[in-house]
Amino acid sequence: MSAVESAVSETQLAAFREALADGPIEYDGLSAEYDADGDTYHIETADQQTSVGADELATVDAEQAAYLTNWYFYTQQLRTDIKRAFCQWLEQADEHAVVDRYTALESGIERAWGQLRITTTIGDDGTRHYEVRHVDDSDAEATTLATHTDPFEAREIGTLDPKGRYRPLRTAPSLKSGWIFPNLSANEVYDAVEAFYPATIVNWFRERRGELDIDHWRDEQDRQSGIYNLITVLPDEAVDWAAAACCDDSQCLKRREWQLSEDEPLTAESGDGVFPCRGPCSMVVAAGREWAKLERQKTQTYEFELTPSEKEQLEALIDAVGDGEIDDIREADVGNGANRYRVRYLREKRVDEHGNLAGTPTHPADHDDEHDGSDSDDN
Amino acid sequence: MQSLVIVAHGSHLNPDSASPTHTHADTIRATGAFDEVRTGFWKEEPSLREVLRTARGDDIYVVPLFISEGYFTERVIPRELRLEGWDPALWDSDGISADTATLVAGDIDKEVHYCGPVGTHEAMTDVLIRRAETVTGDPSVGEGFGFAVVGHGTERNKNSAKAIEYHTERIRETGRFDEVQALYMDEEPEVDDVTEHFETEDIIVVPLFIADGFHTQEDIPEDMGLTDDFRTGYDVPATVDGHRIWYGGAVGTEELTADVILERAADAGADIGDAIARVRQQTKSTTQVAGD
Repeated sequence: MSAVESAVSETQLAAFREALADGPIEYDGLSAEYDADGDTYHIETADQQTSVGADELATVDAEQAAYLTNWYFYTQQLRTDIKRAFCQWLEQADEHAVVDRYTALESGIERAWGQLRITTTIGDDGTRHYEVRHVDDSDAEATTLATHTDPFEAREIGTLDPKGRYRPLRTAPSLKSGWIFPNLSANEVYDAVEAFYPATIVNWFRERRGELDIDHWRDEQDRQSGIYNLITVLPDEAVDWAAAACCDDSQCLKRREWQLSEDEPLTAESGDGVFPCRGPCSMVVAAGREWAKLERQKTQTYEFELTPSEKEQLEALIDAVGDGEIDDIREADVGNGANRYRVRYLREKRVDEHGNLAGTPTHPADHDDEHDGSDSDDN
Repeated sequence: MQSLVIVAHGSHLNPDSASPTHTHADTIRATGAFDEVRTGFWKEEPSLREVLRTARGDDIYVVPLFISEGYFTERVIPRELRLEGWDPALWDSDGISADTATLVAGDIDKEVHYCGPVGTHEAMTDVLIRRAETVTGDPSVGEGFGFAVVGHGTERNKNSAKAIEYHTERIRETGRFDEVQALYMDEEPEVDDVTEHFETEDIIVVPLFIADGFHTQEDIPEDMGLTDDFRTGYDVPATVDGHRIWYGGAVGTEELTADVILERAADAGADIGDAIARVRQQTKSTTQVAGD
């Protein structure tokens, strides 16, 4: 364990004296007060108690200096509770006292926030520096990654996935890699994370304070108007299917906290994400509207002739699409039911020229089921 | 501390939908007129429901980056922002005169200034004219040119056409263009017949839309006959029935739109110093503001 090398600057000492003139300081293991009668500063940290005159403040040892610079960074440089809480979380302040933390910060403390790997390091004056990169680039040489300095560029990085497709859900686990923000300030790391994952820090913060306001599905239903009124008719069991389909960790990195209602939990997995999801997002509502339309249809009995392997092939196809594995199926792996050649073969054999599976019409002439008109949301 | 919150529609399908919002937010952020500039969306993140909690100012100005007063500005946005006691009557508007209303937002238990949409602010006329300049590359364009302002029509919102007519009339009053005409996508006079509505050989066509998307990039160019297939693109100008059509695309992508957002906030009491003048200067490039 290397020794902490902390030195208090004149600016920091001036702020320290000014704060103590207003009253004692109690912060993160530091207790300090000013005795005006003796013109003496009493400083108490984990293992030390020191009393020094005003002109001796600058001579406190490195360990106490660490507590002072830590106080300065968190109370004088960070002005909001939320940024303070986030930066403390980034350096695991809950688990390690200041001196240990300073030692660890010299080599860097890493945390993951969604697909971001955020590394906090520290300067001699206690100022924190933050490096942000994709978790998949954890072992990459920084020089091999595209360097960014403006935290708002995170927005652009997060717009398209690695295949160039638009990411309407910023918290989908589809963030592309290959970039790095090598040195952000505390305020900048906050803006960058907010740009990658909007509103996640504030909701995480509210949750930590026990103040997360959750909009459950029924609240969401009650609030809708216009075309989204339709979600009011989505059956309750379909809400569970929708949550399993859309909110699983494989689809969204938020941890779903909303349920059917406060007293009616959903059975779908809620996920393990660091940051919470406080209500059905616009993607879930838009998908819910589509499913509400589809769920209005009644089931009907179809008769198909399929071989057992063809039935299993359809099931394999559903799995491959649902799990996003289509691109991983090797070109010549015709043993896989979702292999393109296999699917094309099945289509040749079982789908007629009208697109009907096994030649069975979707809407037989004697069964005039509601043929859902397309009024899909064009956005 | 002063915060600006720009709220917009956004899209699940089109990444360009939010681009103007972000671009204008960046422009305004760079002026330093606000301590922070936040954006919130109906279809993207942060949602309208959560955007106010990302803002930390004591004075919060919410400006809808929408074209007209209607369903979104009067109902969806106030509901999602949880503006307590909201009533469209607070704007006391004739459909194009909404200015500002100050209400407590339940989400943050703090007052916010809820402004009218950018599309109906008089400064939007200048942005339309600026687009005419940028699309033609001529800072003094006007003589010999017709100008068509294109809107959706009244099918979904009667105020939509009012905004179109308002700016059309204001451009006409400048006397700068030979002819100025409002055209619509789904009602008469239709943009499909653009060449029938102008005597001038050159016609500038600018849709009063916030973002480029399906309507401005596919429908309107095809409807006007600029191209048979939007995917193959079109020329600017393109020749149709002997007229040269200078199609400008959605006006909301014009950089000067940032100025209208600032105007809305300033009208609501924001102290923004000389930010408006600076944005006008900065977005001027090779053209200059006309119609002032």
